[in-house]
Amino acid sequence: MRLLEWEAKSVFRDYGIPVPEGRVASTPGEARIIAEEIDRPVAVKAQIPVGGRGKAGGILFAETPEEAEEAAGRLLGSRVRGVEVKEVLVERRLALEGELYLGVAVDRGSRAYTALATSEGGVEIEEVAARTPERIIRLTIDPLEGLRPHHARWLVKQIGLVGRRMLEAADILLRLYRLAVEMDAELTEINPLALTPEGLTAADARLNVDDNALFRHRDLLERFGGSELLGLTQREREARRLGLTYVELDGEIGVIGNGAGLTMATLDTVQLYGGRPANFLDLGGGAPADRVEAAVSFLLTDPKVEALFINILGGITRCDDVARGIIAARERAGAWKPVVVRMIGTREEEGRRLLEEAGIHCLDSMEEAAERVVSLIGGR
Amino acid sequence: MRMVRFVDAETRAVVQGITGRQGRFHTRLMLEYGTKIVAGVTPGKGGETVEGVPVYDTVAEALDRHQVDASIIFVPAPYAPDAVYEALDAELNPIVVITEGIPLRDEMEMVARAMRRGITIVGPNTPGVIKVGECKLGIMPARVFTRGRVGVISRSGTLTYEIADHISRIGLGESTCVGLGGDPITGLDFIDALRWFEEDPETEAVVLIGEIGGDAEERAADFIAEGGFTKPAVAYIAGRTAKPGKRMGHAGAIIQGSRGTAQSKMEALEAAGVSVAERPSDVARLLKALLG
Repeated sequence: MRLLEWEAKSVFRDYGIPVPEGRVASTPGEARIIAEEIDRPVAVKAQIPVGGRGKAGGILFAETPEEAEEAAGRLLGSRVRGVEVKEVLVERRLALEGELYLGVAVDRGSRAYTALATSEGGVEIEEVAARTPERIIRLTIDPLEGLRPHHARWLVKQIGLVGRRMLEAADILLRLYRLAVEMDAELTEINPLALTPEGLTAADARLNVDDNALFRHRDLLERFGGSELLGLTQREREARRLGLTYVELDGEIGVIGNGAGLTMATLDTVQLYGGRPANFLDLGGGAPADRVEAAVSFLLTDPKVEALFINILGGITRCDDVARGIIAARERAGAWKPVVVRMIGTREEEGRRLLEEAGIHCLDSMEEAAERVVSLIGGR
Repeated sequence: MRMVRFVDAETRAVVQGITGRQGRFHTRLMLEYGTKIVAGVTPGKGGETVEGVPVYDTVAEALDRHQVDASIIFVPAPYAPDAVYEALDAELNPIVVITEGIPLRDEMEMVARAMRRGITIVGPNTPGVIKVGECKLGIMPARVFTRGRVGVISRSGTLTYEIADHISRIGLGESTCVGLGGDPITGLDFIDALRWFEEDPETEAVVLIGEIGGDAEERAADFIAEGGFTKPAVAYIAGRTAKPGKRMGHAGAIIQGSRGTAQSKMEALEAAGVSVAERPSDVARLLKALLG
């Protein structure tokens, strides 16, 4: 779950990490009221769950409440980096003396949280990593020891901070680490951490919470919730409501597989034969007939899907269940489309028999099936 | 250097979470395969039996009554970490964690504790590990495997079955197959497993089945290029069509920034002298060409 900036900042406040004064608005009028309360020049920032917002025109500055209202009017309802803006954060504009970066992220290689710091704040950390990797200082945090204050001081000293600012930054990093652990963050960043005459402030905030840990953060879902759907397409939202693991792509061939690896390999193979997959849809393990039916019906209603490729390797998943699901979807469907089924494994004979009786032919090889489905739609 | 332990005909295992639907079902299949499942554990269900296997409330009680080496865990995610710690306290090795959906923070901690004790965790979110013809500590369908010469290391379940099926059909067969697990944090990575297969006299070549996300495949390529693994190797990487920032099913399968693309993994492996297959069925053909 990726929180929006204003949501992440409200969690930062809970942990005593300094953030600029401000609030979120969903109408230009609200933006004006907030700017009046702040009574200083403000930044009006589109709240979208994607990076590179500033460059894409998603952040505007306003000297007066009237300008803030106008800026909010321009951003709200517009699309920034392909995502519709539904809220803006109106907050006090900072007098920047410099921009740093602090982050805590799960590092797969070391199987631990890693604290990251650089003096090159304000640009995406990936850019810094590509351009000047030596400017990023990393510290692997032993999961059984945690981050100690002296570790934090060492790290912020490496990026050139001294004296009071070093102590301030070390304190913020310790708070950020505690937040990461307690909130089950995959990633939390302050970019930029603004150097201002009044001290250090988190000018932006990022917090991605591990989806698998949401069962112990019900409060987060209650507080924020809805923003998770912002980065998704209309069909992806619908799929989520149906409980399907689905990613929309641009092609014409609807793909259903079981298991993430096999489904990805199916997409790749379709493409290798000159076809373009319309989606990723993973049935997961042990899908019952009604989940298969829901998945097939869902792809049939996608106008850009011209043919379906169903690729099943039965382990926990039973081929007869899959066959029943496909047949049920066809009985229910208003408009059927060409379907290629490749199915082997558990209860294969029974599954094939059911499909053959229904007039649906079943193939053995994934490559052969990919070739067939591509030829069906003319191999564009 | 970390020692890795897998399974063989001698391995005696306990099933934690044996009374659940999956635990019950797979206990039966593992027993049918010939795996020595000597006990089961489910807190509150001590005294029952599942498929003729006695069930205990705690791992310690199972150890009082039986010789046990290893554990396989089917416990639901919120309770799985405690099951792992219970197995670690009993010094069971390896510990195979089938459970899907365990929080990353728990995974980091359990892996760190296992490493400190020199115990192998296979998974989480893994199909398990099989020594073909001897011991299946996992949920993989037995029929796709035939005893033979090829070791398989994989981040994905069904794709492993797909590729193993081809390797069996072409007449090479498999020695040991291990699923690393689909999560971003796992007890084993490719390098740990490669070290084990390098020493395994029954393995003549390995297959690495990778997918987008992280840099485990790139690190494996470096390890091979530096001479850490010297047997022939073939790789297949899933996810060439994946979009950056979109999670493709597995929690681990996501391209973040410029890292973790299929392209970068395939290039790194090829540069290390690994034959990279374009299609899953090509893996077996490439192996055949390498092994004759």
